[in-house]
Amino acid sequence: MSKIQQINRRDFVKLFGLASGGILLGCNLSSDKKEFIPQIEGVFTPNLFIHLEKNGNVTLIASRSEMGQGIRTSLASAIADEMEADWKYVSVKQATGNAKYGNQNTDGSRSVRTILEPMRKMGAAAKMMLITAAAKKWNIQKVDCKAENHFVINTLTNDKISFGNLVDEAKKIDVPLEETIQLKKVKDFKYIGKTLKSVDLKDFTHGTATYGIDVRIPNLKFAAIARCPVTFGTVKAVDTSDAEKTAGVEKVIELDRIVPPVGKFFGALGGVAVIANNTWSAFQGKLNLNIEWNYGENHAFNSEDFQKKLRKRVRQKGKLVIGSSGNINTAFTKSEKVIEATYQVPFLVHAPMEVPNATAWFQENKIEIWAPLQDPQTARAELAHFFEIPIKSITVNVTFLGGGFGRKSKSDFVVEAVALSKKINAPVQVVWTREDDIKHSFYHATSVQYLKGGLDNNGQVLGWLQRVGFPSIISSFKPMSDYASGLELNQGFTNNPYKISNFQLENIRAESNLRIGWLRSVVHIHSGFGNNSFVDELASTAKIDPVQLHLNLIGKDRVVKGKSKFPYDSKRMKEVLKSTAKMSNWGQSLPENHGIGVAIHYSFYSYVATAVEVSVNNGKVKVENVWTTIDCGLALNKDNIRNQLEGAAIFGMSIALYGKISTKEGAVEQNNFFDYQMTRIKDAPKIHVAIMDKMHEPPTGVGEPGVPVIAPAICNAIFNAIGKRVRSLPLIDEGMV
Amino acid sequence: MSKILSINGKSYTVDVQDDMPLLWAIRDIIGLTGTKFGCGVAQCGACSILIDGKLIKSCSMPVSYAVGKEIFTIEGSSENLEFLRQAWNDVNVPQCGYCQSGQLIAATSLLDTVQNPTDKDINDAMSGNICRCGTYTRIRKAIYKAVELKNQAT
Repeated sequence: MSKIQQINRRDFVKLFGLASGGILLGCNLSSDKKEFIPQIEGVFTPNLFIHLEKNGNVTLIASRSEMGQGIRTSLASAIADEMEADWKYVSVKQATGNAKYGNQNTDGSRSVRTILEPMRKMGAAAKMMLITAAAKKWNIQKVDCKAENHFVINTLTNDKISFGNLVDEAKKIDVPLEETIQLKKVKDFKYIGKTLKSVDLKDFTHGTATYGIDVRIPNLKFAAIARCPVTFGTVKAVDTSDAEKTAGVEKVIELDRIVPPVGKFFGALGGVAVIANNTWSAFQGKLNLNIEWNYGENHAFNSEDFQKKLRKRVRQKGKLVIGSSGNINTAFTKSEKVIEATYQVPFLVHAPMEVPNATAWFQENKIEIWAPLQDPQTARAELAHFFEIPIKSITVNVTFLGGGFGRKSKSDFVVEAVALSKKINAPVQVVWTREDDIKHSFYHATSVQYLKGGLDNNGQVLGWLQRVGFPSIISSFKPMSDYASGLELNQGFTNNPYKISNFQLENIRAESNLRIGWLRSVVHIHSGFGNNSFVDELASTAKIDPVQLHLNLIGKDRVVKGKSKFPYDSKRMKEVLKSTAKMSNWGQSLPENHGIGVAIHYSFYSYVATAVEVSVNNGKVKVENVWTTIDCGLALNKDNIRNQLEGAAIFGMSIALYGKISTKEGAVEQNNFFDYQMTRIKDAPKIHVAIMDKMHEPPTGVGEPGVPVIAPAICNAIFNAIGKRVRSLPLIDEGMV
Repeated sequence: MSKILSINGKSYTVDVQDDMPLLWAIRDIIGLTGTKFGCGVAQCGACSILIDGKLIKSCSMPVSYAVGKEIFTIEGSSENLEFLRQAWNDVNVPQCGYCQSGQLIAATSLLDTVQNPTDKDINDAMSGNICRCGTYTRIRKAIYKAVELKNQAT
């Protein structure tokens, strides 16, 4: 999948190309987009990702954004392992947003999945060049040399020379041809598949990591923006006099909405911006604005009415989705028992601890920004488009992200900052308040699903009808997209882990009146909730153990090949379920008022099974234990994977217990953490994580797959505890928190 | 109006309105950005600091309150904070890291007041701090670890 081109040295410039899955890492000689790797005196830079100094220090470049998923450590460890670099000399530097690093879009749990192999090759190529350099120096054959822990060793004499002492010689060596690069065998891994602590621990525990909101540059102004409470509403009139009188406020500026072209980019909502000499004055000035709004066509949007409408629509036939099979009507006729249920998930918002923010400096013919961005290249392209500045004159510095969860994939806050910097001719930092974040996001859509299932006498599921309606993410890029897209339905609906001979999926119309976006696990939150809740209902109807029914439904061992290089393997799905059942002592008797529930899900090409134990006292739920098994193929950094799954359990709990965004007259009703609540440490259960040993399989997703199972497992556990079936989230609305 | 604030043993003169929250004086005026903004309404604890040893949410406490008092932030150092840092490192607690300044300050306050905290002590002391990444299991483990490290050292 990857190609490294051989390139000869030319003067002080070395070119290096590695194309991977259609993306370009480094430079391709045949392309006219040549990127040069600056050659620094005394530093060996075999490619864009590695800098080796004479003192032995190695700087590795992280091309993906760090938002808590540990990617800086994980990617660097893969390069270092193949390079045979000693971890104690390694430091990590964040790449700017630039196409020369290949695709940098950090979402979809895809970083390790897509660039582990290219990163390993970067390290392996460097190691080969260092070995070649040492062989030359010793005047021996390369085969008589090996690299080990920052040294090249002469295997004939046991002489060794440190990597740092090979810098000058290695700089003269040509980049090896890709087909000559050999990657390590699993048994030889030193860092891959082991546990490495975050390279950023020291900064995280001393308050010295620079997040977007911590960026400080000379003469920086701070801005807060008042946006219309109703999506896409505009300013009718504004009285700025009180705001202007606020201490610290320097200027008040109207900002028009920046409308994205159909099909791409995010634009900006517009509103009234208050520029001040500190963040708080900007916030205060914003509160002192008197604005009259034109609410526009979304004013009538009431989320509860909308959900009622969806609940009606799912009772009617929808658009038949490709991938349906068999004949459900015949199946239902043949069935001994037929049950139906309707499930609902509300709108949700990401609420990362660091609010959206961006620092921008627009100067005559160039733009520089500093921001917590999941997708810095799209931000760069978006800025080039809206501000008509050549892309090469736009520098996108990626800071640490204080959480992302999909919110920071959308660069609207960067567009705002650049627009303001251009207007005031000074560097400016736009900071959203928490209320702004809750009220003006790109929301995870609400969904309503109707399920109907038929069982025979033996508890065999004969037919499965599923109607699903939720506003599509596509609507944020293409107005009037009133049905979920195929890409969205392919997140757990068309590709559920089961083998059901009579299966029908129908797409229900759902229009959008909010900006719809993606949130950690995306549509899998809906499919995971609907599928697992319904299997549990079928199991209780058929009086079959839910784990057994899941196993029956997964069926015989089979491999389903899709478009990707990761086929679905039903055997692996069953393995994780059996692991979780064993770990949780599934089937054992529980204390009074305790219950256990199970859920499985296949997402981002990973297999997850989770069991949750709850206790219910006086109608209030406490989550006691969570047991999760993941099969994510090659496990790059084990403790980091455990941390991700522990976090996913807490994130999933917040969805199950508290998460709900609602609107009245088009405006979001929630404000801050007091009415958009989060799981806190007092509610945190014991979390037990198992990782399947699949080091010979390609790596698959980790950041998201642990989330979709949590809410259904909790609700199934509640049913097991007290016989109450929760079909609509969150539990706080059921009075259960 | 000019005021003197003492932070981590160092004096800073700031010229701000009396009602500016400490958080913003510390971050924007003095330039110590380790203390974080999370909610602005004392709900998330990202902005936690100690004032004369007492745990305070700096987003909701005016500058005037701290004049003449000693402010302690994540940029500072104390015996308990250092044990906690070591434990945070040993347990590999953080994910995105953003809330961890506040978590560490709240945990410092806990260890400053309770020598051998129980689960309930931890819940009571740490439930004002939100971690959206969900590192609570590790935070709890690391607090116990810090106590262990401290007991070993003395």
